[in-house]
Amino acid sequence: MSEQKDLLVVEDLNVEFDTYGGVVQAVRGVDFRVAAGETLAIVGESGCGKSVTVQSIMGLIPMPPGRITRGSARLRGHEILGQSRIDGREIRGAQIGMIFQDPMTSLNPTMTIGDQIAEPLQVHRGLSRADAAREAIRLLEVTRIPEAAKRAKQYPFEFSGGMLQRAMIAMAIACKPEILIADEPTTALDVTIQAQILDLLQELQAETGMAIVLITHDLGVVARMADSVAVMYAGKVVERGSVDDIFYRSAHPYTLGLRAAMPSNDPALKQSLQPIEGSPPDLFAPPPGCGYAPRCPHAMVVCESQPAETPLAGTGARDHAAHCWLHHDESPMKPAGLFFRESDASRNEKFEGGSAVEEGRNESRR
Amino acid sequence: MSHEDKQSAAMQSTAMQTPLVKTRELTKYFDMGRGQRVHAVDGVSLAIAEREIVGLVGESGSGKSTFGKTLLGLHDKTAGEVRFRGEALPAHYRAADYQRLAGNMQMIFQDPYSSLNPRMTVGEIVGEGLSLHAHLKSAEVKERVAEWLRRVGLQPDHMSRYPHEFSGGQRQRLGIARALILEPDFVVCDEPISALDVSVQAQVVNLLGELKESMGLTLLFIAHDLSMVRYVSDRMAVMYLGSLVEIGRADELYFDPKHPYTEVLIGSNPEPDPKLERGRPSTAIQGEIPSPVNVPAGCRFANRCPKVMDVCRQVTPQLIPLKELTRQVACHLY
Repeated sequence: MSEQKDLLVVEDLNVEFDTYGGVVQAVRGVDFRVAAGETLAIVGESGCGKSVTVQSIMGLIPMPPGRITRGSARLRGHEILGQSRIDGREIRGAQIGMIFQDPMTSLNPTMTIGDQIAEPLQVHRGLSRADAAREAIRLLEVTRIPEAAKRAKQYPFEFSGGMLQRAMIAMAIACKPEILIADEPTTALDVTIQAQILDLLQELQAETGMAIVLITHDLGVVARMADSVAVMYAGKVVERGSVDDIFYRSAHPYTLGLRAAMPSNDPALKQSLQPIEGSPPDLFAPPPGCGYAPRCPHAMVVCESQPAETPLAGTGARDHAAHCWLHHDESPMKPAGLFFRESDASRNEKFEGGSAVEEGRNESRR
Repeated sequence: MSHEDKQSAAMQSTAMQTPLVKTRELTKYFDMGRGQRVHAVDGVSLAIAEREIVGLVGESGSGKSTFGKTLLGLHDKTAGEVRFRGEALPAHYRAADYQRLAGNMQMIFQDPYSSLNPRMTVGEIVGEGLSLHAHLKSAEVKERVAEWLRRVGLQPDHMSRYPHEFSGGQRQRLGIARALILEPDFVVCDEPISALDVSVQAQVVNLLGELKESMGLTLLFIAHDLSMVRYVSDRMAVMYLGSLVEIGRADELYFDPKHPYTEVLIGSNPEPDPKLERGRPSTAIQGEIPSPVNVPAGCRFANRCPKVMDVCRQVTPQLIPLKELTRQVACHLY
């Protein structure tokens, strides 16, 4: 995909926080890009830095104690880190909208829903009070809230969790942002309500053409929603690629480990769950090498001392890349189940006669 | 074990004469004052055979946790009865009842952050049940606690630490050790994994599976993660607004749901498989679970049901067994 089509490009983002216990390096060099109209899912476990990543892009990190030590985030080529407006428009709220995990605590309990949606319309679009109130009701209708006019006069406590999340979405899309960042938008909701909200996001995306950055830990939600995926672990992106690359051609042992830890819903096989033993590293003193090395079944000596900077490149239509030493030319093994790039097949004779590649591919397509 | 073997094994277990735990029309209402009552659990009859794992699923507010707690006597029963090995348990537990039953029935709680006393050490938390119920010397209690910490994958020298020094997965292991140290026969696991990360969920589920095998446990596994419940359970029960709508063998029920609500619930569960997801029509239904204060007449799912008929709004369907399957469904379609 060419540079021009990339709406948001994040490069080498580093964020740390001062705490009583020392400096936490929450985000340690994150790269990703989002094209117009696509959905990028950022997947990872709690504490991997996925929320901090998007909060720093939105300028929502309290500084101090937070600090962006390095990196850039460019929206249509304009740097947005440390900026509040580009091209004469506010970034936060107007060009990038955001919804949060817990709608119960992210809305103001003392304002009516209608007033809360009208507020950004008055601030960013300069509408009059009456126009903003009318537009707020229209937005509630767009997000499929029944009896919108009546609901606009109610307070957050009168809404259910699913309805509040719809109101949050109405607020986030009020100024027609080019990107909607959704930070675990359905984690607090039941599956039936989750399905409604995910459908709504897809419909709104089809209507408006906005890009969605979806942060989640649920691989099922990723499979339903995403075009491309970035898998994060210990403050870094360990693998990125199209959704099919990630699910059917997993190239990083952590991605594979996550998939094996979830029950497969194929009735034909009831394999046992393969937990990832151990726990994520302490980001007060992040390991010098790969963050996953202590838990990785294929870890080599080099993994503990040096991070793998060489990504595996170009296996699909979009860049598919994994930060893992196993993909290095001189890696002594190609573990089954992992995907290795096509051109390795010939070179693979040096190692195991090429069979592992085929095996790996079949495994991952099961 | 092949599919047929498992099926016949499950049929044998459901056909067993005396189930380990059996509820008959178990009902729990909460009084809200001004004549209003929350119908949290309404006439639930469920039998759980020895060494069986029954998964209980449903949306929040469907009464699953209240059912689990009422079953164990943590809430007084409004009506109905619970039998344990054929013995009817009291409607209102006295201290002596808890004392007597603690060794038989235990509970693992949902939130490993709020269910451990932050001012007690791990040794005190895990060993408290033993000191209260087993009449052991403190040195023996300590020995058993050390053994159990090892069994759940922690270190014996963690005994002097406090809960805040542990991660979520480790705390859930403490909750498991605390519940199982008395070697109960029956354990209610109330959402034991929903507060945990995916990689850690698998650790805890596998641990429960190993302990079930080695101790012969019987489990009621309450959760909202349908894939995990199918994986863990022998049978699966679906609850909606205080009553059961469908019970059956976990695999059968998951892949061939009969009740429209089960169909919606399972259809809403996103599968970690993009090709499957792309080919799947959306099954999202309108509306939300109604308030359990004003329970609608007739079938409780009628106002959201895509297959609703006139009779559904008037007559409450009963759980009836289906002929060809080991399945019970409460729906007028059958």
